[in-house]
Amino acid sequence: MGLQAYLILAAVVFCIGLFGVITRRNTIGILLGIELMLNSVNINLVAFARYSGDVTGMVFTVFTICITVTEAALGLAIVILLFRVRRTVTADHLDLLKG
Amino acid sequence: MSEALVFYFLAGLAIMASALVIGQRNPMYSVLLLIASFGALAGLYIQLDAPFVAVAQIIIYAGAIMVLFLFVVMLLNAPQEDAAGWDRSHPLRRPGMSRIGALLALLLVVQLAWAVLSMSGVEAPAGTGGDAVSSVRALGRTLFTDYVFAFEATSILILVAMIGAVMLARREGDEA
Repeated sequence: MGLQAYLILAAVVFCIGLFGVITRRNTIGILLGIELMLNSVNINLVAFARYSGDVTGMVFTVFTICITVTEAALGLAIVILLFRVRRTVTADHLDLLKG
Repeated sequence: MSEALVFYFLAGLAIMASALVIGQRNPMYSVLLLIASFGALAGLYIQLDAPFVAVAQIIIYAGAIMVLFLFVVMLLNAPQEDAAGWDRSHPLRRPGMSRIGALLALLLVVQLAWAVLSMSGVEAPAGTGGDAVSSVRALGRTLFTDYVFAFEATSILILVAMIGAVMLARREGDEA
């Protein structure tokens, strides 16, 4: 398989994730969309590392995974906090900062 | 030939599972389908001679992050998204707008695919054996020599995130 096949797969997964982030109304669904987008970046990094023969891409994949872990942990903590304050996780109803 | 078949199978599985993650209204099913998508991507990483990344994908994403998501979904007992409760006076919140959004997303996919296909691609993987890339030894050596500062900074980032998550989820009245 060529490099382009992997890049197109990553583009498709990224667009699905972006669509999910924009259209989902559940806060947890938005976080899942962000996970999909970060994973498409991982596909790109690993594919480029394989096709250029350089291990650096995989090192950056490790960093991406670490950052995804922190993002998920903090995002879910914020979701729990919002649920405790507002009793909902629907993004349309979370307008605490609206002036 | 079989390599192409495996790629198309895993890529199709990943795309289908990802689309269903977004299409599902029940967050529980979304999380479970996302695990399936991550599993298919781990298979693709193995095909790309990256076994370490594949194992890390399974252990960290499917094992840790998704369990955390499932835990929060069950804890909050998050209801299904209600289509009736929207404020329909806003033009961007009408029910048909998500179809236009899907069309725009498809347009973005076509645009990106066109951009990728129009570049001069690298057809054959560099280094036919792929030992230099696939070995965990090379990965570890690069990680702990060239990128050791970034590695240590990442550990501090994770520590800060851990403390932040505990601080955020703490109840107000608790003794600090």
